[in-house]
Amino acid sequence: MMKFIIRRLLSLIPTMFIIITLSFFLIHIAPGGPFSGEKKLPPHVLANILKKYHMDEPLGAQYLRYLNDVILHFDLGPSYRYEDQSVNGLISATMPRSIFLGFVSLLLSVALGGAAGIISALRQNKWQDYLSMSVAVIGISVPLFVIGPVIQLIFAMQLHWLPVTGWINSRAGWVTLIMPAVTLAFPYFAYIARLSRGSVLEVLRSDYIRTARAKGLKESVVIGKHVLKGAMLPVVSYLGPAFAGIITGSIVVETVFQIPGVGRIFVQSALNRDYTLIMGDIITYSAVLVFANFLVDVIYGFLDPRIAYK
Amino acid sequence: MTEEIILQVQDLKTYFHTDEGIVKAVDGVTFDLHKGETLGIVGESGSGKSVTNLSIINMIPNPPGKIAGGQVMYAGKDLVKLTINELRSIRGNKISMIFQDPMTSLNPYLRISTQMIETIVLHQKLDKKTAKAKAIDMLKLAGIPAPEKRIDQYPHQFSGGMRQRVMIAMGLSCNPEILIADEPTSALDVTIQAQILDLIKDLTARLGTAVILITHSLGVVAGMCDTICVMYAGRIVERGPTTEIFDKPKHPYTQGLIKSVPRLDKTSGDRLYSIRGQPPNVIDLPDCCPFYPRCDKAMDVCKRKYPLSKDVGNGHAVSCWLYTEAK
Ligand SMILES: Nc1ncnc2c1ncn2[C@@H]1O[C@H](COP(=O)(O)OP(=O)(O)OP(=O)(O)O)[C@@H](O)[C@H]1O
Ligand SMILES: [Mg+2]
Repeated sequence: MMKFIIRRLLSLIPTMFIIITLSFFLIHIAPGGPFSGEKKLPPHVLANILKKYHMDEPLGAQYLRYLNDVILHFDLGPSYRYEDQSVNGLISATMPRSIFLGFVSLLLSVALGGAAGIISALRQNKWQDYLSMSVAVIGISVPLFVIGPVIQLIFAMQLHWLPVTGWINSRAGWVTLIMPAVTLAFPYFAYIARLSRGSVLEVLRSDYIRTARAKGLKESVVIGKHVLKGAMLPVVSYLGPAFAGIITGSIVVETVFQIPGVGRIFVQSALNRDYTLIMGDIITYSAVLVFANFLVDVIYGFLDPRIAYK
Repeated sequence: MTEEIILQVQDLKTYFHTDEGIVKAVDGVTFDLHKGETLGIVGESGSGKSVTNLSIINMIPNPPGKIAGGQVMYAGKDLVKLTINELRSIRGNKISMIFQDPMTSLNPYLRISTQMIETIVLHQKLDKKTAKAKAIDMLKLAGIPAPEKRIDQYPHQFSGGMRQRVMIAMGLSCNPEILIADEPTSALDVTIQAQILDLIKDLTARLGTAVILITHSLGVVAGMCDTICVMYAGRIVERGPTTEIFDKPKHPYTQGLIKSVPRLDKTSGDRLYSIRGQPPNVIDLPDCCPFYPRCDKAMDVCKRKYPLSKDVGNGHAVSCWLYTEAK
């Protein structure tokens, strides 16, 4: 097991390397640059700036320099657009907020989605089933940028229960977390509810559940001990993609709810061709995702004894 | 085998309500099981063997299935009418079941020890440690080498034959009066089949357990069973002691089954006999003899009415108009 974890961890290194390389060149190939804005700069100023950021060197040299900074010094460089701010500083100021929001949303969607799915399966074709599956259909088909404003409209503008926008660090405090987290969790809640309903139903039909019942076990033991473990495995393997989706989804939600997270910086940096900031965002996003997938693999391995760690 | 009857199945009917119509999977099955007896139920696929036995412990998935009539008398109680809690105290305790596919019948996510101990703790009210010792003993009896090590492994670490041994050990761990084995060897290699059948035979003989053995194969029942029931389309068409059935088969279907068993003493040039036609569809079956379309000796009356069971002596009974006076 330990060997498997270490091997899996080491395999993250080439993955990250490929991501860094690909995104570096793709970004530089794309037309435009950080200083080709609306206002044309005088040529000698431009030359000076380019020189300052070593952008007058050949692309290969820039790439090597970048790799050296990132890998050896964990230095993502200065932002080209936010003057006097380093990419490291910008990201470490905003990323924790996004990750926290994503994490809360993921927990919410797993807990509620799992519960709804299990209840639906156990009450198949009863009202509990119809209710949660109808809610799930809404969650899957309505996009975030609709769900967000709609619940803002209802719970903030009409009922005045919650502040329209803002973040935990604002005066309103923790309640600001509720609407963004619910919005972000909703589609994943829906998907997990359907996923777990399906897999509980499938496990219920399996031979080993028939065996468990034929042994005279109580239905609560049959469900709690024999059904759930097998039925939750598909949900666990979905956690990786779900986390990826939630992290990217948070870009929309951060915009809708005015949350000073990394998502908004990401969008801005892409529009500005702020090379170092884009790269920094991509690298940190990828690192988080790749690591999340690694965690999921490890959890899966703990749950399913048939996975061999060789 | 003694004269004491421990299980009496009477006119049992189990129907499935499906979109295509009512599937009369079991339609009036009657038989007795004696203490220590090994009773074989033989029949083609779909004849209702599994449904009969799931009905005995009242485990028919409902919906779509329902026990539509009849009785299953065990220890003075009708199992069909018991509450779920009363049933649970019988399942796995007094009446155990093992199934066809050992690869899927054990929970892949739980250790063998967990799965065996939970049954023993549940029914025998032992503490976990004693239960584990008991489970290890059972595994040893079932021919699992190094059971004290193997018990903490997961099912995927066992071969198919070994898993069936585990199922047998688990099934017998509470000393049941009846073991129902639903095609316990169909999913296994031929060489392993014989070992598993021998194991069931030995262990149940030693523990005095009565067995209901379900199978497609007359060869299997010949070597194992005291009594044979031949099922066709949800009914038992012939029933009697094994020697009677093999020496003096009455029902044309039984005769066909026996003729279609490959034999070593026949000249190899002969083609293997097989009963013509297809097994019947048991949806909305009319009240005729379901075998008549495939029967060489079919008469007019066979199409009109199902024949009552007729006792032909020596505990041998048959449902066929050839032996019954048409009224
Ligand atoms: N859950 C179900 N829903 C609908 N029909 C069913 C169900 N279970 C069994 N049946 C029907 O009941 C009939 C008898 O099935 P059963 O499983 O008892 O056959 P069997 O004799 O055990 O066959 P096999 O040798 O293939 O195991 C079949 O026609 C089958 O289609
Ligand atoms: Mg069957």
